[in-house]
Amino acid sequence: MRENYSLFDRNTQSFVYGYQVNAIQRMLDFDYISRRETPSVAAIINPSRAGIHKVFWGTREILLPMYRTIPDAVAKHPQVDVMVNFASHRSAFETTMEAMDQDSIMTVAVIAEGVPERQARIMAATAREKGKTIIGPATVGGLVAGAFRIGNTAGTIENIVASRLYRPGCVGFVSKSGGMLNEAFNIISRNSNGIFEGMAIGGDRYPGSTMLDHILRFEANPEIAMIACLGELGGEDEYRIIEALKAGKITKPLVAWVTGTCATMLPGSVQFGHAGAKADTEKETARAKNQAFAEAGAHVPNSFDDYGDVVARVYQMVKEQGKVKEFAEPDVPTIPVDYGKALSTGLIRRPTTFICTISDDSGEELLYAGKKISDVLEQNMGIGGVIGLLWFKKELPDYASRFIELVLQIVADHGPAVSAAHNSIVASCAGKDLISSLASGLLTIGPRFGGAIDDAAREFKMAYESGLTPEQFVTEMKRKGINIPGIGHRIKSVKNPDMRVQLLISYARKNFARTDLLNYALQVESITTAKKGNLILNVDGCIGILFLDLMSSCDIFSKQDIDDVVKHGYLNGLFALGRSIGMIGHILDQKRQGARLYRHPTEDINYMLPTPEE
Amino acid sequence: MAQRGIREFDAKRMLARLLPEYLNDFNYKGEVALAGPDTDLDGMAAENLWLTKKKLVVKPDQLFGKRGAHGLVLLDATWQQARKYIEEKMGSEAVVGNTAGMLTHFLIEPYIPHEEELYVAISSDYEGDNIFFSTEGGVCVEEKWDQVARIHVDTLKGIDKADLLSRMPASLGDRKEQMARFVEALFKFYSECGFAYLEINPFTLVDGSIIPLDMVAKLDDAEEFWCRKKWGDLEFPEPFGRSLSPEEQYIKDIDAKTGASLKLTILNPRGHVWTMIAGGGASVIYTDTISDLGFAGELANYGEYSGDPNTEETYHYTKTILDLMTREKDPRGKILLIGGAIANFTDVANTFKGIVMALREYRVKLKEHGVKIYVRRGGPNYEEGLKLMRRLGTELGVPIEVFGPETHMTRIVPLALKEA
Repeated sequence: MRENYSLFDRNTQSFVYGYQVNAIQRMLDFDYISRRETPSVAAIINPSRAGIHKVFWGTREILLPMYRTIPDAVAKHPQVDVMVNFASHRSAFETTMEAMDQDSIMTVAVIAEGVPERQARIMAATAREKGKTIIGPATVGGLVAGAFRIGNTAGTIENIVASRLYRPGCVGFVSKSGGMLNEAFNIISRNSNGIFEGMAIGGDRYPGSTMLDHILRFEANPEIAMIACLGELGGEDEYRIIEALKAGKITKPLVAWVTGTCATMLPGSVQFGHAGAKADTEKETARAKNQAFAEAGAHVPNSFDDYGDVVARVYQMVKEQGKVKEFAEPDVPTIPVDYGKALSTGLIRRPTTFICTISDDSGEELLYAGKKISDVLEQNMGIGGVIGLLWFKKELPDYASRFIELVLQIVADHGPAVSAAHNSIVASCAGKDLISSLASGLLTIGPRFGGAIDDAAREFKMAYESGLTPEQFVTEMKRKGINIPGIGHRIKSVKNPDMRVQLLISYARKNFARTDLLNYALQVESITTAKKGNLILNVDGCIGILFLDLMSSCDIFSKQDIDDVVKHGYLNGLFALGRSIGMIGHILDQKRQGARLYRHPTEDINYMLPTPEE
Repeated sequence: MAQRGIREFDAKRMLARLLPEYLNDFNYKGEVALAGPDTDLDGMAAENLWLTKKKLVVKPDQLFGKRGAHGLVLLDATWQQARKYIEEKMGSEAVVGNTAGMLTHFLIEPYIPHEEELYVAISSDYEGDNIFFSTEGGVCVEEKWDQVARIHVDTLKGIDKADLLSRMPASLGDRKEQMARFVEALFKFYSECGFAYLEINPFTLVDGSIIPLDMVAKLDDAEEFWCRKKWGDLEFPEPFGRSLSPEEQYIKDIDAKTGASLKLTILNPRGHVWTMIAGGGASVIYTDTISDLGFAGELANYGEYSGDPNTEETYHYTKTILDLMTREKDPRGKILLIGGAIANFTDVANTFKGIVMALREYRVKLKEHGVKIYVRRGGPNYEEGLKLMRRLGTELGVPIEVFGPETHMTRIVPLALKEA
């Protein structure tokens, strides 16, 4: 059992209210270098999610349970008697009151700033009535060296090591300011054997526990040989300490300084950073308080600058009186540097898994192939231009961008009956969402549907580059028993030409410097149509072939670029992209109609199962 | 976040609007009007018909008391007289105690001839709330303080456990019960509407109805989340004699929008010592040290930032200070102290990034004005932050002395001022 002068020891466990991953890790790192046996955080209370949270315990990872409510956590962890409350100022009051309602919770540290004064007073009075302790609100908390740390108190692990907070010294310290706590730890560790316990009660007018409350605990604690405090102008808290000094309730030497001596020198009334830091009467001024401290027998420096010197002097005094226990300095385990920090400071390096060469969202503005998104819009690059940047990493000439857009418009839809549209309609009718229905349609794109663009480009390119005459090419394909991809249409023929093909060809003739492959393909077409009227160059073939012509007639593409387009299936991408527009249209069309589940009629299926005899 | 005074105008409007919820026979109508520098007085008279029908009282409404003693209260006036008075006094200077300031706001309300003046006030302290009540109210209440009944209300037990009736002064006679009910209602109004201080001195009774004549109130601005609706459209005026400069207002506006804290008070714009200190506690100590060394008169500002402000916030904060300090030249040059304690969780490098951005922007001006900068800070990522500052000094050609946690927090103050 702990003595009642001690709020925390090396076995104290707490709940952290609020999903404060950094603070939780800092508490555990402190535990680890203090060589605690158990983590000081038993569980997290997170109103928005129950589950587990992963933290480091030295180099090892451990799991902390996470509960939605305080009673849930208390039921599972009856040994926990502290709650570190990171709830915002809006819910700090209710959560703190709820925590104090739990028999097992004895101490609550309230971090939030901006808790109303009435709420703070009710919390404080409730704590007094129940014999419990509140630290805060509006504080970073406090710590017992080598035992327990509240949240972010004392900052980084380097600082904890520098101020030797991983093991107890003999000084009890209390301040109003949380921001000054760390500074005081630094000063005290340089001028004595270090902190035993340090608390910041918070800068508000009505803190849950007062400086005197903590000083009286320090007085009762035999491990503490001297006490130091740092007060502030405004309020009368310091006078309660002074009364206790006069009444002989504080017998250990007390170093005291009250900040804000400047206030009387400044024009007008300045509201300092802390809500309570304003002297309404002469008695509340820093000067009056410092004088009263000195008169009551406290050790009062001339200014904050001498605070450390006075601590050193008093420390020497108690040491000479034999009140300071000697101890051997423990070894401090090192905490591995956090990966993120080490990386950002250039201490370590690590090979990356992925490389991205097309876009970058890590800077101030999104970049497409190095070009700012604002420039893309300003220059009206359009969808064709964006495809140029993201697929080819090139700024395409205008006529090329427009050709891509022309293709996208042409392939955008081909009615509801073709594979992709049909599949997406069936999926949509089955109640699937837009993306699933779209995916269902996209999955039909391949060698037989839509995929002819790629195949045509590849076959024609190969034939042309290997020097086959159109006749040789047709004969060769026939010998292999392969239909020439990009040739042939179900309905269209020489007499009934495909408008889309006409449009593409006329655009190319007008805008491309050369159309070598198209010319070659048209020679092939004249041979095939001589055999059969519908063996025309179809729209897939035309797109694939013209795309290669576009590239080879435009000097920004190398031969390698053109080979890549064929090899990696860029052109099917063009089809998938364009056709997605149509598919999304069909899916939305079905959804708007509230179309019901589609079931294919059985009369349209020829059931031909093996007979039993077979 | 702190206790903030509100105008008597707003206090009386709140009383008239909200007290009937606690005291159903309270029928004070809240006939009050506020004339500010831009108020259209004709429009005001058209909206508040009583202004031209009743005799009026006019007094400044700017968070200072003893207005009668300063000869600033106009009594028993017609609307024409009131108007003339306001037009004469508006924008003129008044001296109250040691503070001089401009008169900008006037409260106008019906003039209530009365003899009896009662006093009631409610304040709070650590142990609970205190109600003060006296039948001997008015300007001299302090002289007759021994006649004031003081009723303590325990924070947890509340007003229901305080036996108000028996504590009412005997001199009230058969009005004891009425007053006890009024005080109880007033207390509930006080505790449920975010007040931190409330004083009605005096109030009087007209045909048995309670009429507040003079009111002083402070609200706890941290209650805003809960009380916004009850407060209505009130504003928190600056204390008399202090009007916010545009720069102070700018920082205040940023402060209001962020979870971090940014404070700026300009003390002496011609001073040559400027500060930008991280932390509510540390900023006071730096200011102490500057005044201990005899430079209080040269201190240009009180400035504080804390609670992990982001890069953008520290950038705007720094820019505001740099702009102010490079307006007028000083042959001695200028000093900027960028100080702070060892931070607990504020990322020093991040906050410094914003400061560096602003300093870079002001490179030419900093040189022109002979600005010397002294930096001291510790805490998360401080090495990186200090490195940024050191590099910046070389880059800009502006003297920047940089210190870390190994140097005592306020050591940069004597270092800087010795050179001044």
